[in-house]
Amino acid sequence: MANNEVILSARDVEIQFSLRGRKLTAIRKCSLDLHKGETLAIVGESGSGKSVFTKSFLGMLDANGKIIGGSIMYDGVDISQYTTEKEWMTIRGKKIAMVMQDPMTSLNPLKKIGKQIQESIEINQGIKGPEAKKLALEMIAKVGIPDPEKRYNQYPHEFSGGMRQRVVIAIAVACHPDILICDEPTTALDVTIQAQILNLIRELQEELKMTVVYITHDLGVVANVADRVAVMYAGQIVECGLVDEIFYDAWHPYTWALLSSLPQLGVKGEPLPTIEGTPPNLFNTIKGDAFAPRNKQALAIDFEEEPPFFNVTETHIAKTWYLDPRAPKIEQPKSIRMLREKMRERR
Amino acid sequence: MFKYTIKRLLQSLVTVLIVGTIVFLLMRMLPTDYFFTEDQLMKLTEEQKNEQLLAAGLLDPIPEQLLHFYGQIVRFDFGKSRRIQSGVDVIKVIGSKFTVSMRLGVISLVISLITGVILGIIQTLNKDRLLDHVGTAYTIFVNAVPSLVSYSLVLVFGSRVLGLPSMYSTRNPSQSSILPIVCLALASIASYALWTRRYMVDELNKDYIRLARVKGLSSREIMTRHVFKNAFVPLVQYIPASFLYTIGGSLLVERFFSVPGMGPLLTDSIQRYDTNVVQTLTIIYAALGILGVFLGDVLMMIVDPRIKLTGKEGTR
Repeated sequence: MANNEVILSARDVEIQFSLRGRKLTAIRKCSLDLHKGETLAIVGESGSGKSVFTKSFLGMLDANGKIIGGSIMYDGVDISQYTTEKEWMTIRGKKIAMVMQDPMTSLNPLKKIGKQIQESIEINQGIKGPEAKKLALEMIAKVGIPDPEKRYNQYPHEFSGGMRQRVVIAIAVACHPDILICDEPTTALDVTIQAQILNLIRELQEELKMTVVYITHDLGVVANVADRVAVMYAGQIVECGLVDEIFYDAWHPYTWALLSSLPQLGVKGEPLPTIEGTPPNLFNTIKGDAFAPRNKQALAIDFEEEPPFFNVTETHIAKTWYLDPRAPKIEQPKSIRMLREKMRERR
Repeated sequence: MFKYTIKRLLQSLVTVLIVGTIVFLLMRMLPTDYFFTEDQLMKLTEEQKNEQLLAAGLLDPIPEQLLHFYGQIVRFDFGKSRRIQSGVDVIKVIGSKFTVSMRLGVISLVISLITGVILGIIQTLNKDRLLDHVGTAYTIFVNAVPSLVSYSLVLVFGSRVLGLPSMYSTRNPSQSSILPIVCLALASIASYALWTRRYMVDELNKDYIRLARVKGLSSREIMTRHVFKNAFVPLVQYIPASFLYTIGGSLLVERFFSVPGMGPLLTDSIQRYDTNVVQTLTIIYAALGILGVFLGDVLMMIVDPRIKLTGKEGTR
């Protein structure tokens, strides 16, 4: 399980994209510490910057995107300063690896599965030929694919979606990275397969002592696998804490809104709550709390000044004025309190 | 796969046979006057003409003639030319021209395949930069300007500046082939470059390239190990067909440089009602076309593991 040794530390990261001559700030001074061996889930709606933020840890931003501020410290080096491919290649695959969303298109359709895994081993570990093949076969077996010898020589189209995702995972962890980023690893899969893949990632994590970052929309996945949760909104982490703290004692109004829209909390016959409005346009500069325009209980100051982080507990921070001692007393919404009661009942 | 190949081959034969039949029947609709040379038409009496037609079997009922025609095809006897080279076997008439066309065609194909693909690769590597734009400009130029104009430019430049012969001559076939070959290659270079670039850019934007980057491959390794091979697969399908088409020669280029190739032969024989030559040429062209597609499919089957045509095991 997690200890408190920080393995990667992102500070005030700002990422900007230029789109048709205009600047879009996708990540606005976002900070995050990853602890060794933990499982962190990053949640948030589409466009909140979850993927972009984590992609910047491997230098995988699209060509028009750039880290314009802040630092990402990994292994004593600020990798946000990396510019060349050569520098990034010391990180990618070897230290930080990634599993992408769609296993159907993530593999080269014309290359044997075994070769695609072997390629990763050959390039990152400098092992060639039969020895690399042996490792590749071991990897195939390790991700739970039966009959590795036969599967080695097959092509992606001969694999089902779940099996392909296992191959993608095998490729990602083939070189025993420290950090594995899983960008919605189960979204494209059958529900029955999802649990298997999550279990596989957990097993590999324990065996290889990896830190795993999940990017997901699925709060069910989060509850199942994560040690800690970071909630992102409009290019920032707005709340971050242990999984129980986020689920049962959240303080940011966006986290409340997100949790309230869980189908499990719905009341029969009533429509599910939704978050009204749309996220802010990131082409514009944002004043105050980015969520304020959608927050019915927003304070006057939310529109004026950006809130700092307040500590709820030692492990739990939230970026909202509600926690300021000067703020009027605000109660957590009913649904959040209900969640907490449900949890108590279960224990 | 073997079974599929045999099946396709038989289907192809049937198609060629149907083409042959249709052309044969169309030819029979022409007036019989064209059986004779102009000289003969003037001198021979009606009776003499009838006698000759009867002897040649042209007055037999059509089904009988058709059967006779099939019999000939099976024996590879395509009859004699009557007007282009009177009395010479059609196969011989075509044969001599066919070698000339094929020689030019194959050389230009090899040149254009190599240069075209390389140009496409260069364009992809320099996408949206100067070299890419130059390549695109070339492609647009070749396609937009009427080919006779670009041939004229080649001709003027080649003969005036480089002093190359502007006409094909059998006495000096190697030097005098240069300009026709260049002209033949102009358009194919453009299309190979276009398709290579297109398929490579397609591949570059696919998800598996991102995974390849994430797993630590350099751009160069991605290009050589993944992109190029995958982009070449769809291209492979068209190579046999374009190879076979070169045998047919190019009407325009061969006319333009007075190359005694197969290109102008079809129009000549149609204009002069040389029915046996027309029939034979049509069958040859049809067979080449069908064979080209067939070989392309077989080649695809070999290079693309996703294509399994056994039917039962099938693809998912």
